[in-house]
Amino acid sequence: MKVAIIKYNAGNIRSVSFALERLGVEHIITADPEEIRSADKVIFPGVGEASSTMKYLKEHKLDELIVSLTQPVLGICLGMQLMCSYSEEGGVECLGIFKEKVQKFVLPEPNPDLIKVPHMGWNAITNVNSDLFDISLENTFVYFVHSYYVALGGETAATTHYIHPFSSALHKDNFYATQFHPEKSGDVGSKILENFIKL
Amino acid sequence: MLAKRIIPCLDIKNGMTVKGVKFVGIKEVGDPVELGALYAQQGADELVFLDITASHEGRKTFVDLVRRIAQHINIPFTVGGGISELKDAEALLNAGADKISINSSAVKNPQLINDMAQNFGSQFVVVAIDAKHFDGDEWIVTVNGGRIPTEKRLFPWAKEAEERGAGEILFTSMDHDGVKQGFANEALAKMSSELSIPIIASGGAGNMEHFKDVFTQGKADAGLAASIFHYKEIAIPDLKNYLFNEGINVRL
Repeated sequence: MKVAIIKYNAGNIRSVSFALERLGVEHIITADPEEIRSADKVIFPGVGEASSTMKYLKEHKLDELIVSLTQPVLGICLGMQLMCSYSEEGGVECLGIFKEKVQKFVLPEPNPDLIKVPHMGWNAITNVNSDLFDISLENTFVYFVHSYYVALGGETAATTHYIHPFSSALHKDNFYATQFHPEKSGDVGSKILENFIKL
Repeated sequence: MLAKRIIPCLDIKNGMTVKGVKFVGIKEVGDPVELGALYAQQGADELVFLDITASHEGRKTFVDLVRRIAQHINIPFTVGGGISELKDAEALLNAGADKISINSSAVKNPQLINDMAQNFGSQFVVVAIDAKHFDGDEWIVTVNGGRIPTEKRLFPWAKEAEERGAGEILFTSMDHDGVKQGFANEALAKMSSELSIPIIASGGAGNMEHFKDVFTQGKADAGLAASIFHYKEIAIPDLKNYLFNEGINVRL
């Protein structure tokens, strides 16, 4: 089993690496196209701003590479958003693996519950329906930090409610993605990473 | 629905966990990694590690300790104490910290908040504010562990921190810290209504009801405490169950 974490200017690469270490999963952190292409599993992490990150991916030809991958790929947080068709963050065309668009959370008006953006903290995943999840993970809590979201659609693999329901996970063919951070989501997150590794 | 967060705070001195009563009279209570892992297992939602000696002795937070924490703990954690430059924050980010908190250094150089947010994202930047109640709505911002009053006032400073790019505010009431009579709920509720970023309440937790009050009356997004957890006066699973039964959305 060879797991590759795509190395680029993302903030949470080390956290993902530590999470795999805790699971005893050997992995490499690499930007080398051949190493990524030949890996059994690929993780595409992400913390940062969409348009500048997209620019970086293009400059390093990682955009074409990610889209062409045929093994299981897991996008995390910004990684998931970049796998969509378009992001309102910086108004940028993204990888287009998922057809959904990424939109900014708009605070309700009035806002009697003092809802905040970013959506930061632990929230529940429901209607889980991809191989990343098993029934024991229905309605469990995972950790989110994001100001942009993907609406519900045909590729939704888990639903979370914040201001309104949104896609907390997506799935299409060999591409899996979570808006939340499995690497920071305690035992639930570990289980999700484990399920991905076992695919 | 987003859960209210319970955050144990581990004050670090010489690599060990300590908790001072009103920041004086420090006692050692344990190994930060071991204690942090225990709290994570018990259901803590996040952890905060503060290098309390750093700001006045100029000591830098131990990057190696942060790396060990990141390796062993599977929930988010914030690191603070003595962070005054971008390179301090970058070293902590690279060691695996999810967030950094800046306090005195942000008061001295508010531009630091903008710089941190632009370089690492707002989600990485917690602005910690220690304040003492003066009169009415007036709270004086203090620095260096509460020892030095500043010209800044709590509410305008919190708003400014948000505008400069802070992702969260960690507000400690120096009047409530260590005395276990409850959080500064009135000031917290005012801050929460004025700001659109999450507020972490700190200072004053003495019993489980105080946490209920900080979420219902104080409108806080998270409640932070140290000694009551370290000295096992409140067990986190009991606290979570209590809050759940009181109708507060918590992660069980």
